[in-house]
Amino acid sequence: MEHDLTQFALILAIMAGLVFVLGKWMTHLFVSPAHNIIERGTYRLLGVDPAEKMSWKRYGMVLLLSNAAMMLLGYLLLRVQQYIPGDALERASQSPHLAFNTAASFITNTNWQSYSGETSLSNFSQMAVITFLMTVSAATGVAAAGGFIRGLSRKSAADIGNYWVDFTRVIFRLLLPICFVLALVYVWQGIPQTLNAEAIANTLEGARQQLIVGPVASLETIKHIGTNGGGFFAMNSAHPFENPTPLTNTLHILSMLLIPSALTYTFGSMIARRRQGWAFFAAFLVMFLGFLALVYSAERAGNPMFASAGVDQAQTQLQAGGNMEGKELRFGIAQTSLFVTTTTAATTGSVDAMHSSLTPLGGLVPIAEMMLNNVFGGDGVGLINLVTYAILTVFLVGMMIGRTPEFLGKKVEAREMKFVMLAVLAHPFSILGFTALACLTPSTLASLANMGPHGFSEVLYAYTSGTANNGSAFAGLNANTPFFNTTIGLAMLIGRYLTLLPMLAVAGVMAAKTTVPEGPGTLSTSTPLFTGLLVFVVIIVGGLTFLPALALGPIVEHLLMLSGTTF
Amino acid sequence: MSDVSNTTENGILSLTKGIARPALVSAVFFMVVAGIAYPLVTTGVANILFPDQAQGSLIVRDGQTVGSRLIGQYFARPEYFHGRPSVTAGADPNDPSKSIDQPYNAGASAASNQGATSKKLLDAVNERARAYREENGLAPDAPVPVDAVTASGSGLDPHISVANARLQAARVARVRGLPPATVLALVNDHTSGPQIGALGDPRVNVLELNLALDAATTARPAAQ
Repeated sequence: MEHDLTQFALILAIMAGLVFVLGKWMTHLFVSPAHNIIERGTYRLLGVDPAEKMSWKRYGMVLLLSNAAMMLLGYLLLRVQQYIPGDALERASQSPHLAFNTAASFITNTNWQSYSGETSLSNFSQMAVITFLMTVSAATGVAAAGGFIRGLSRKSAADIGNYWVDFTRVIFRLLLPICFVLALVYVWQGIPQTLNAEAIANTLEGARQQLIVGPVASLETIKHIGTNGGGFFAMNSAHPFENPTPLTNTLHILSMLLIPSALTYTFGSMIARRRQGWAFFAAFLVMFLGFLALVYSAERAGNPMFASAGVDQAQTQLQAGGNMEGKELRFGIAQTSLFVTTTTAATTGSVDAMHSSLTPLGGLVPIAEMMLNNVFGGDGVGLINLVTYAILTVFLVGMMIGRTPEFLGKKVEAREMKFVMLAVLAHPFSILGFTALACLTPSTLASLANMGPHGFSEVLYAYTSGTANNGSAFAGLNANTPFFNTTIGLAMLIGRYLTLLPMLAVAGVMAAKTTVPEGPGTLSTSTPLFTGLLVFVVIIVGGLTFLPALALGPIVEHLLMLSGTTF
Repeated sequence: MSDVSNTTENGILSLTKGIARPALVSAVFFMVVAGIAYPLVTTGVANILFPDQAQGSLIVRDGQTVGSRLIGQYFARPEYFHGRPSVTAGADPNDPSKSIDQPYNAGASAASNQGATSKKLLDAVNERARAYREENGLAPDAPVPVDAVTASGSGLDPHISVANARLQAARVARVRGLPPATVLALVNDHTSGPQIGALGDPRVNVLELNLALDAATTARPAAQ
């Protein structure tokens, strides 16, 4: 127990320390006027003018169309995979609906996988489709956050920056350098990095064991730095080749939190209100710790149904104990709980344990974090989502005290509130709408691995994960059907672009406003009081929206487990 | 808002002006940079610095690859320590269109994904606990370590808990004709504590332990 808490404290302290370093670096990246030689070459090759000032509409349009081109390229490569030479295992091309799902999944930073990595993707596809899309989707999110913050920080401005510059810099100055260094650390710890497809071993008992290898380390770094989450192997970061040691597990956790947490500092720096950044960081951290405590205590307590079989789940010097179904021994309960909380907080979606086999309350945590979608959140979009809620909070409080709401010294008016509400509502609309649709579709039953409330949770989890651009799963669900591939693919696109574009609009509208001087009636948004109100609004809005659905899934399952009911 | 919409007055055409070519070129260019150059450079450097790990941390004994240090393998014989239950499957050798249980199939990692209230899971745990007690000569109501009766996330977990290893030590010693103290000493040698003193829980690598057992047993089992 003490050892577990020490690990939590250590890892979160390092995370907080990195906020300074990376936060400063990203601020420099977004505000520096100078382009380096690689970047200048890139602009020339693309034929774009780095000095072009883009309105939010232009910025959003470039984002959308370049993403569309990248998704299309990924789709085509997956469709022709079998004709590209060099794969010793001759893996077949993906079907049209599966390739659509995969390309949509990776361009939206979701990384939902309806396929299993080792049997369906060649090393070429793992690099040129998966690693590529992971990098550009993360860069898209971070760039959008840059444009968004720039919009909020300006007054009477018509533009929010240049998308090509933000995007290119994020790739060359941020993602690739970190990923390259980290990949070497990963290989040192045992993650393979080779162009071979397999190694064959003859086991001690004389069986033939086929070990799938490939360029895993270079994928694994961007997978977590980019809050992507899609695994090289079917079992993702539970697979020893993706996550061989507690140290790699720790680095995965820190990688996932790196950019989302540091963006709060960048935000504070760029709007010249450092305290505001820390107020947001505090809001993230408070929610994170609450969820961590819940999943850790539930998994530590284990599965009460195992007691009758005489299974020892106690934590002792000789075993970590707890609910170990679907978990890896080298991580135990503490490392696993922290990973579970992080992967759905930062909407990465990689898993180092099977979420479907978590205890009901443990499994509620990832679903709830994805529903809120702003406990740190994904690269770029997490901060944007939190600011969405901050504006909503300012608005609600303004209504209550009868004053015109202000945020960052600017009046919040009807037009931007409409955009905010569009972003806030698109999320539950997609999750609950598609879940309802799937529940009414008779063929859904055939896809379920678990019956009873857990079966409902599988479906709810799938659309929550897709919409929140997370990508993890209650993997009992067989989602590789035309219905699920298509609807989850749509949920991912809605969840990504219908929250990102309205918020770019907010940034554009706010940039055009003039500031109003602070008066005695101004509500300060950088105080602990405001942080408290913000968390409160996030939880109330999330709770009111999603509690009925959660009650039908994990909550009723928890009660049934305590009463000894099985399915 | 006229000041912001200057660029938009000509409608969607002016918004998309000059984007098509950069969008298409950027897709191909960043595919080459992030999808080909970056993984290839990493592969080159990694294989110079850490050639062993880069290829999968393979273990070679008597000139033959016997496995990877990181990947568990299936042990059923009584003279070996057994790993955790694994629910991976593989193609039936007699009929490749069918899938059969194939524990520790490293070509297709898999987990049960059964929830806490799943009847299948509880039945499996009961059965594994019974088999574990029988195999290791434990009393019918003896507590069994949880890792010995639950399937891992990858189906390839290379480790077991120290508690699990110690309960199996007596059986292994008896079948191999080794003094129990020797076997327990080997278990201790192959127990790793928390990494850098803080991360993870104590664990025993089953394959490495079994290799050490084979080395310590002068007359290897006949099948070797």
